[in-house]
Amino acid sequence: MLMRWDVLLALLVGSVGGVVIGAIPGVGPAVAIAILLPATFSLQPIVGLTMLLGIYGSSMYGGALPAVLINTPGTAVNALTTYDGYPMTRRGEARRAVSLAYAASFWGGMFGILCLIFLSPVLAIVAPMFGSREIFLAALLGIILVILAHRGQVMAAGMLAMFGIFLQTVGLDPVTYTQRYTFGATWLSSGINLIVVVLGLFALSQAFLLLVDKDDSPHPQSLDGDLTMGFKELFRHKRVATVSSGFGVLMGMIPGVGEFTAQFLSYTYAQKTSKNPELFGKGSPEGLIASEASNNAVPAAAMIPLLALGIPGEALTAMMLSVFYVHNVIPGPQLFQQHLDFIYALYLSLILLNLIVIVFLMVATKPLTYIIRVPTRFLGMIVLVLSFVGVYSLRNSITDCMVAAAFGVLGLVLKRLNLPIVPIILGMVLGGIMEVKLRSAMARVKTPLDMIDRPIAFLIFLSILFVIGLHVRTLVREHRARLPELDHDMHDTQQR
Amino acid sequence: MTYIWTLQALFRRYRRPGDIVFAWIFFLSALLLLSRIGSQTQVVDGNKLFAQPRFWPAISLSGMAFFAGLHLFGSAVSERIPGRWREVTIWLQSIEYAFWFLAYAIAVPWLGYLPSTLLLALLLVLRSGYRSGLALSGAGLVALVVVVIFKSFLHVKLPSGAVYELLPDGLRQIMLTYF
Repeated sequence: MLMRWDVLLALLVGSVGGVVIGAIPGVGPAVAIAILLPATFSLQPIVGLTMLLGIYGSSMYGGALPAVLINTPGTAVNALTTYDGYPMTRRGEARRAVSLAYAASFWGGMFGILCLIFLSPVLAIVAPMFGSREIFLAALLGIILVILAHRGQVMAAGMLAMFGIFLQTVGLDPVTYTQRYTFGATWLSSGINLIVVVLGLFALSQAFLLLVDKDDSPHPQSLDGDLTMGFKELFRHKRVATVSSGFGVLMGMIPGVGEFTAQFLSYTYAQKTSKNPELFGKGSPEGLIASEASNNAVPAAAMIPLLALGIPGEALTAMMLSVFYVHNVIPGPQLFQQHLDFIYALYLSLILLNLIVIVFLMVATKPLTYIIRVPTRFLGMIVLVLSFVGVYSLRNSITDCMVAAAFGVLGLVLKRLNLPIVPIILGMVLGGIMEVKLRSAMARVKTPLDMIDRPIAFLIFLSILFVIGLHVRTLVREHRARLPELDHDMHDTQQR
Repeated sequence: MTYIWTLQALFRRYRRPGDIVFAWIFFLSALLLLSRIGSQTQVVDGNKLFAQPRFWPAISLSGMAFFAGLHLFGSAVSERIPGRWREVTIWLQSIEYAFWFLAYAIAVPWLGYLPSTLLLALLLVLRSGYRSGLALSGAGLVALVVVVIFKSFLHVKLPSGAVYELLPDGLRQIMLTYF
């Protein structure tokens, strides 16, 4: 399947395109995938998916470049790379930092794919054990995790996830054929299209954000010389690289958690076990490795819940889910039994994309530093022009453009306020799954306890309780840690 | 009093300028939508609670109102950073670009994909304050590359321009098919 010229071309375009997109601060893989999504519908599933996978898996490689050179992460998940990458650049070690970031990314990427391959036989056994109630509970766990994972913004993430669930209910109810929140408008009967919302929230909002922002054009340091040196240095820190990749795989597998938690755990581990913990945040190679190895291990691991259960863990896999559906390839328990060739083709394409990307970066890093210089508003114009292709080519509908524009403005407001967008998308996707699966599960359930009378359903239920309990415990601990200071303040002002 | 104080401490967070405006809008929207649940959804006789068409809108809107209420409370008790209305002005400025986008969408079926894209790219670059020949030629090049990739190579579904019908036969066919 992979030896076809169109699949290889898609992989090449996706991988190289992903690196370029990742290297431009202000674009990111979500914008690129959202724009390309409708274009891939006319392609065969494996062609369309390999192109999107290429972008997803390679963008973080490119994102490390501006993070190291100009202290601006190319993609959001490269933010931690700036902590140690940029200080290394400032002390004249830009080439060392960039090559180390590439090597760690490659290590993490390959580690994630190998875990995915070795876990496949287990997935093939476990996935068919998931019935309607297990998938419902897993989707519920995903929603809870995506809310609680936004530490310090739990209320905002909660309201936005609920908004996403509400959006997917709008339109004609598929079972009873009654209208829900259509306000008499016929265009709302078919519901609010996920891809239009994705394009508005990710692509158009980014265009608007760049166009209203002040104009800026960064000037990174030039990079000359051999970039393979990072592999030698990485080998000296192979323990940190491997453990960080392991965190990436673990966190990637859990819906709603993803790169940020993996990076936090990896960075903390690397610092605690380092001989030079004082260097962290000031240009530590181990810190850089922890950040890049963990975030690059996530994409392959995030495919596990998507392929095995049809449950996306974050926005990018949610977008890929729509490509599966368009081509009538339904991810879930049956996929491993009916389309095993497709699964193996995906694994191989993930390996190939990492190889293509690392070779491309070894020869093309210098020209990439010129791409970083595209001025902000000019970039906004490019994203706006590209967004149109994504929205309009879907159904040639002006209404879609209006809906996307409205979500674009909402996305801009959320980004300006630093509020999360991902809960809306996951709310839409997981909300739809929950509604369908709960309906079919309840047909065979007499009491609420029947929902958890099977081993996997019970385990997921316990996980839900554990996650909520853990969050409450963390809140109480944080609150207690703050109390003495607050008590002192109150005593001083004689308010008691 | 202590309890209220503790509650405030629990919800206190960093908030950006304009946060409370958005929190109010979201909270009121959730309440407004929730108040219309009787007229906008139905209860079907004989269906179980979980299979009712009203069930999921009720769950999601109640959750939305609950979390939005707490978010608003958090915003109200957190330290304010000045610049609220300046921030709201920036939000409103983005609406201008939403109209640019819609004008582009309306223009494509009339002018055609290539001319509309060229026009939008050049006007948008001028609107953004660029005047140099490099920026203008760059915008033209970007527009051309985008059209060639998506329309000429990928044959993405986009309508041909009505003005193409006025072109001579040979050129018309090329423009209809590739641009």
